[in-house]
Amino acid sequence: MERHFERDLEELKQRLLWMGSLAERAIHQAVHAVLDAEESLAEAVLSEEDAINEMQIEIDERIQRLLALQAPMAADLRFLLAVSRINGDLERIGDQAVNIAQSAMRVLRHPQVKPYVDLPRMSELAEGMVRDSLNALVRGDQDLAQSVLQRDDQVDRLRDQLFRELLTYMMENSSVVFSAFELILVAKNLERIGDHATNIAEDVIYFVAGRDVRHPALDRR
Amino acid sequence: MTAATRGNDAAAARFAPPVRVAAMTSAEPSKETGLRFQISKLDFFYGSKQAVFDFTLKIPANKVTALIGPSGCGKSTFLRTLNRMNETVRNSRFVGEILLDGQDISQMDVVGLRRRVGMVFQRPNPFPKSIYENVAYGLKINGYRGRLRDLVEHSLRRAALWEEVKDYLHKSAFALSGGQQQRLCIARALAVDPEVLLLDEPCSALDPVTTAKIEELMFHLKDSCTMVIVTHNMQQAARASDFTAFMLDGRLIEHNETSKLFTTPADPRTEAYITGRFG
Repeated sequence: MERHFERDLEELKQRLLWMGSLAERAIHQAVHAVLDAEESLAEAVLSEEDAINEMQIEIDERIQRLLALQAPMAADLRFLLAVSRINGDLERIGDQAVNIAQSAMRVLRHPQVKPYVDLPRMSELAEGMVRDSLNALVRGDQDLAQSVLQRDDQVDRLRDQLFRELLTYMMENSSVVFSAFELILVAKNLERIGDHATNIAEDVIYFVAGRDVRHPALDRR
Repeated sequence: MTAATRGNDAAAARFAPPVRVAAMTSAEPSKETGLRFQISKLDFFYGSKQAVFDFTLKIPANKVTALIGPSGCGKSTFLRTLNRMNETVRNSRFVGEILLDGQDISQMDVVGLRRRVGMVFQRPNPFPKSIYENVAYGLKINGYRGRLRDLVEHSLRRAALWEEVKDYLHKSAFALSGGQQQRLCIARALAVDPEVLLLDEPCSALDPVTTAKIEELMFHLKDSCTMVIVTHNMQQAARASDFTAFMLDGRLIEHNETSKLFTTPADPRTEAYITGRFG
């Protein structure tokens, strides 16, 4: 006989995944508002921000109820703690997408500074990290979560590359400073999204294996 | 209550029951290990039926060790071997070694052993006597020669009951509530200053407030006493113990620090039991 607690946990997971899909779509739309010069995509991101925020509160309330009423142990406890932290990360990813959408709206008022090469790559990487970290949660797949951790360095390298490149554009031509600065903000927000995906992957490893892989340099005696 | 218990040295010095002489030669945990009990390869039988299999466990001094597991898994049987209480059951026997402070309990005087290893049962079982007599009884039969009243008060304070009963010491113990009766039984066990207290589901008949009092009491008693508790209440094991042992079908499946066992159990059977997926 399936216990209703297990049904509640499954429902919670489904709601978190729904929130994750909203966050993924927000990143995609926000970045493509810049890449495709499509302001309506940026507007869609702004209009959907509330939906992500509402999900965060709903998921928090579900977790709070399950912790209080079911006193979970072991894997159930680790799952709820992980979901609680992932919930916060997804909400922050939603905020980063809103920042990118706002930058997009400002960038679109000016001529394009340069052809976009690294930005789509960075966006694909960050979106993939978010998607895979959530897939790792669904499948309880530590290896997939570990691969997300390894991809964070690639995002950081692309950010540094973009910073350097945009800096040279700004030094050569002061009229592009405004747009280039906004693009730097977009890159910075994408890099932060990669960090949040990394956090989610770390939480998945904690849930699956009970290992805390955050801050490996710390001596946990 | 304070940690001063084992404690009441003046009172303890006057306490010289004849049966304790042999048993008291070593009342300290094994110096090298800090262990109170060391159980090795224990098998326990009720007649031809084996209830505990190849059980090896180390119980550290001044800590609470919880035994959890489904009904009939052998928790209470194991607990009762620690002070040879099972000897009251006909045809029961154990094979293997149980060392208390490095001494083999099978070689000890059983009365001395049970004075050193006290027991509290599931249902409060005060004697049909006054509150005072309940606590003083064990002292009297052990030949205590000091001021009884002082030690009765001391024991009732250790059991966090003194303030509630100090004006009614000569009333019947049965006039007390269930929770008070259970603490009286703890005071009675503490009166003879045991090194170990075995608690067999001591809170199963108590309400949450009284349960909290007993758990708080256990926390404070750790300074002077080693405790082993059998409980069906997983939250109680998680709250009140330092180490937890999970038993299944008479075998020890897993033993670890409580914080580890309840968050990251190593054995899938422990995981399944503590998350309520069987048992």
